[in-house]
Amino acid sequence: MAMSGMRGLSVFISDIRNCQNKEQERHRVDKELGNIRTRFKNEKALTPYEKKKYVWKMLYIYMLGYDVDFGHMEAVSLISAPKYPEKQVGYIVTSSLLNENHDFLRLAINTVRNDIIGRNETFQCLALTMVGNIGGREFAESLAPDVQKLLISSSCRPLVRKKAALCLLRLYRKNPDVVNVDGWADRMAQLLDERDLGVLTSSMSLLVALVSNHHDAYWSCLPKCVKILERLARNQDIPQEYTYYGIPSPWLQVKTMRALQYFPTIEDPNTRRSLFEVLQRILMGTDVVKNVNKNNASHAVLFEALALVMHLDAEKEMMSQCVALLGKFIAVREPNIRYLGLENMTRMLMVTDVQDIIKRHQAQIITSLKDPDISIRRRALDLLYGMCDISNAKDIVEELLQYLSTAEFAMREELSLKAAILAEKFAPDLSWYVDVILQLIDKAGDFVSDDIWFRVVQFVTNNEDLQPYAAAKAREYLDKPAIHETMVKVSAYILGEFGHLLARRPGCSPKEIFNIIHEKLPTVSTSTVSILLSTYAKILMHTQPPDPELQNQIWAIFKKYESSIEVEIQQRAVEYFTLSRKGEDLMDILAEMPKFPERESALIRKAEDTEVDTAEQSAIKLRTQQQSSSALVVTDQPRANGTLPVSQLSLVKMPSMSSNVDDNAAGQRLTPENGTLNKEDSVPPSADLLSDLLGPLAIEGPPSSSVHPQPSTNLGSEETVVETTAIVPAGEQANAVQPIGNIAERFHALCVKDSGVLYEDPHIQIGIKAEWKLHHGHLVLFLGNKNTSPLVSVQAIILPPAHLKMELSLVPDTIPPRAQVQCPLEVINLHPSRDVAVVDFSYKFGNNMVNVRLRLPAVLNKFLQPITISAEEFFPQWRSLTGPPLKLQEVVRGVRPLPVLEMANLFNSYHLAVSPGLDPNPNNLVASTTFFSESTRPMLCLIRIETDPADRTQLRMTVASGDPTLTFELKEFIKEQLVSIPTVTRPPIQAPTQAPPAPPVAQPASNPAALQDPGAMLAALL
Amino acid sequence: MIRFILLQNRQGKTRLAKYYVPLEDSEKHKVEYEVHRLVVNRDPKYTNFVEFRTHKVIYRRYAGLFFSLCVDITDNELAYLECIHLFVEILDHFFSNVCELDLVFNFHKVYLILDEFILAGELQETSKRAIIERMGELEKLE
Repeated sequence: MAMSGMRGLSVFISDIRNCQNKEQERHRVDKELGNIRTRFKNEKALTPYEKKKYVWKMLYIYMLGYDVDFGHMEAVSLISAPKYPEKQVGYIVTSSLLNENHDFLRLAINTVRNDIIGRNETFQCLALTMVGNIGGREFAESLAPDVQKLLISSSCRPLVRKKAALCLLRLYRKNPDVVNVDGWADRMAQLLDERDLGVLTSSMSLLVALVSNHHDAYWSCLPKCVKILERLARNQDIPQEYTYYGIPSPWLQVKTMRALQYFPTIEDPNTRRSLFEVLQRILMGTDVVKNVNKNNASHAVLFEALALVMHLDAEKEMMSQCVALLGKFIAVREPNIRYLGLENMTRMLMVTDVQDIIKRHQAQIITSLKDPDISIRRRALDLLYGMCDISNAKDIVEELLQYLSTAEFAMREELSLKAAILAEKFAPDLSWYVDVILQLIDKAGDFVSDDIWFRVVQFVTNNEDLQPYAAAKAREYLDKPAIHETMVKVSAYILGEFGHLLARRPGCSPKEIFNIIHEKLPTVSTSTVSILLSTYAKILMHTQPPDPELQNQIWAIFKKYESSIEVEIQQRAVEYFTLSRKGEDLMDILAEMPKFPERESALIRKAEDTEVDTAEQSAIKLRTQQQSSSALVVTDQPRANGTLPVSQLSLVKMPSMSSNVDDNAAGQRLTPENGTLNKEDSVPPSADLLSDLLGPLAIEGPPSSSVHPQPSTNLGSEETVVETTAIVPAGEQANAVQPIGNIAERFHALCVKDSGVLYEDPHIQIGIKAEWKLHHGHLVLFLGNKNTSPLVSVQAIILPPAHLKMELSLVPDTIPPRAQVQCPLEVINLHPSRDVAVVDFSYKFGNNMVNVRLRLPAVLNKFLQPITISAEEFFPQWRSLTGPPLKLQEVVRGVRPLPVLEMANLFNSYHLAVSPGLDPNPNNLVASTTFFSESTRPMLCLIRIETDPADRTQLRMTVASGDPTLTFELKEFIKEQLVSIPTVTRPPIQAPTQAPPAPPVAQPASNPAALQDPGAMLAALL
Repeated sequence: MIRFILLQNRQGKTRLAKYYVPLEDSEKHKVEYEVHRLVVNRDPKYTNFVEFRTHKVIYRRYAGLFFSLCVDITDNELAYLECIHLFVEILDHFFSNVCELDLVFNFHKVYLILDEFILAGELQETSKRAIIERMGELEKLE
């Protein structure tokens, strides 16, 4: 083959190849870059050929990993060259060096458009290729209609049209809102009649993207897809050049079957029959052949056919045929096929009830768990995890534990998490569950996250029968010579709580337990020291009559840690020391922890919190994957194959309102009438395990009713009255279903953050995730069905206020069991207003019609962008805005008293950037922000608050901006925030996830915040 | 869809890199480094698929060259695996008995061929003949 055709380029490449080391290479590259730079400086003297040569050289240098930013401009400018050779280089190098986010690309939009609508076919191809590879939003906005025209043009060669199809695909994937595909169903149906296989292949990819978004618009394409499949797979009616090792374009077959998976069913019996004939042929007619490529290609088709069969819920016979095939595949030696066999079996579990047949292959699957190839092991692990139920849990978990000792680090965390979940979900008895978790900690302590040991403590606390067993086990592990710190934590905790149950066994006297735990103290970290101190206090309390020697020993330890530099340890030491001298009272105060309220397993959330990023929503996911990903509560429903529901194992029960009341009463009975402790009484148990477990010992916080607050138990402020009356009219509150959590608080929390739970009841959880940019908002509503039966007649109607343009995408009528659907909602802010958008949401569950009206957090502050400005900028602006209506002042009374610093935090959380020190008076506050709406240019807003240190319930507020409405609305908006400050506005200031395990005494606000924090829940949900 | 295509030799030198998703340069370097590390030491008896972050790399080795496609985890692995082979056949045809050196000195041609084969991360044309003919047309224009 000839050299590049550009001598200078070839010479340069040879030079680079001859470099002995990286340093020489860098030297040579630097020299070349210097040369290119100088040559481009004197651009006029460059011939087109030279320009082209240098730009290619730059691309080569870029591939070597060097920075060639300076040359971006040169590459982009070549796009507008009049002749093909330069233009080609410009287009290709630009698509390699730049990505859609580069500003330079904008410079080329006009040229690109001219090339696309021009008559030169070659230029059209170049332009379509670049836009298809790196085109961003602006390209979509200005080019999509032109590209659409080319795709359906009858005068264009297939060459141009196939590029147009894929170019359009990119623009559509990236900006479905910009590319108008209304009425495209007919066009797509027409395109599917195309005889040119290149155009057909490209169009099929486009169709997949379109149907994955709106399958119902493309019904007319369904029979055509089946025809194509028949043509390829059955009639083999296809030009020779499109067969690959004798197989009619396997890629087109695969894509076509992919498209078919997005249609929920095939109703027309003839179409269905034709399709099944083809599928049957593929299933039966695919043999293993010697030629690798042929084999791969035919199996690519086969696996896609399997996926389609599963999707279509074929007759039992065909399904068992599929399982049989997969069973064969997972036993073959060929690694790719085995891998795919495992992967597809896992998928099959998600869609159909074939668990029993798959279980027969358990031994084979376990062999793959020991395969040298990590890719195969991962698939085997996934499959074992998916197929586990109560009948095989013991075997599978044993295998996982065994494998844990030899598994590479990359897999250990996942492995231990999965083992822990399976043990929890399918434990035939609870002592086994405890065994498994302790073994896990013992074998792979570093990979056992806190969630895992928190969970075991929770189970032990809630199940009295289990307590002596767990304590005995914990005691056993402590005898081992070197144990993991997590084991120290869990053993100490359990022995502190339940060690006294072992009292009569050898080696288990309080003193002995204390001694063996205390041995570990010098080697553990501070967080564990805190737990040990709690354990000591518990031991003291349980030792009745008191053992003076032990008492002195422990008191000495408390005394020693009273001066610890760790606040947490110090506080515990001081408190326990004081408490433990109270004698009899100690018994009450340090009594056993009450049962934990039922909560979803953090582990399951975590395991299913996998981020899946695919160009199209996966068909399986659309249908079923979400069923498993939205495991919202721990009460796992019985699976068809006879798995016992968790509640039957009496691990924990779903708290009904009444059981809550019981707990409440029990809690109150035990609560001492002790002035110093009354504070804690109102502290509800936190949903955050960490603070539960690591918090102070058993100071009986009764499970407060605010765990499930009723919507009406409210702050009583004027705004909440509006909430309960206007938004949820009392008459309509006849809903039999009660919301979980406080709707108003959820709304307020969402006003200052961008994701969280908007609404929840026993059947559904509505989450929200928002992105705000200038005056645009992109929200996604996540509707998660928590039940094992579908929710029907689902409806969401947006009632937008006049100042917002809102478009909610289609909300499906039915949400399948345990599934979550996503409904994007686009918001455009037209002008300033405090009005709030409402969504009227309803669904039917059984015979219950549930209807709620929810405020959407598309509030004024979302269209604000904080901006910090200097004194030099502030004061002239402030002065130039004189008096009403641009500058308004008001004395506000009845303000919730807040220290200035907290008020500043509040302001910042509403995107009003406080500039400290701008106002010399420390009692005053100055803030600035920019407001965005469609009708105004970005508007600077300035705010000044003058507080009265003598009376914090009043202040003077001055708001100024260049727009009278904005000034007024913003002033009113701020006033609302100051007058009624919802408690949950705090989370953004103190990150709730890192809430230190401090006792609630120190941080009374942190617990309710964590409790209400939907962000954490949603994070797991997304 | 294909997120990116990498052609790397055993030492990890990039011979071709095509990204269909927007990545910053620093991120591209990282990706190239990681993918190379991921595939280079895998036993030939292993699968041609390996998890990479939230995606999947489908790779195949030809002499000292690794062809890697990063695709969605839901994509059809074997179809992409054979897509690599088809690409190699096209290169082989175009360069008549392709070797690494051809690809080094004619890297710009490889980009051209690739653009006729894959666009927007999807297959555009699967006929070897159509692509080779198209390349002939383009060469005449230069």
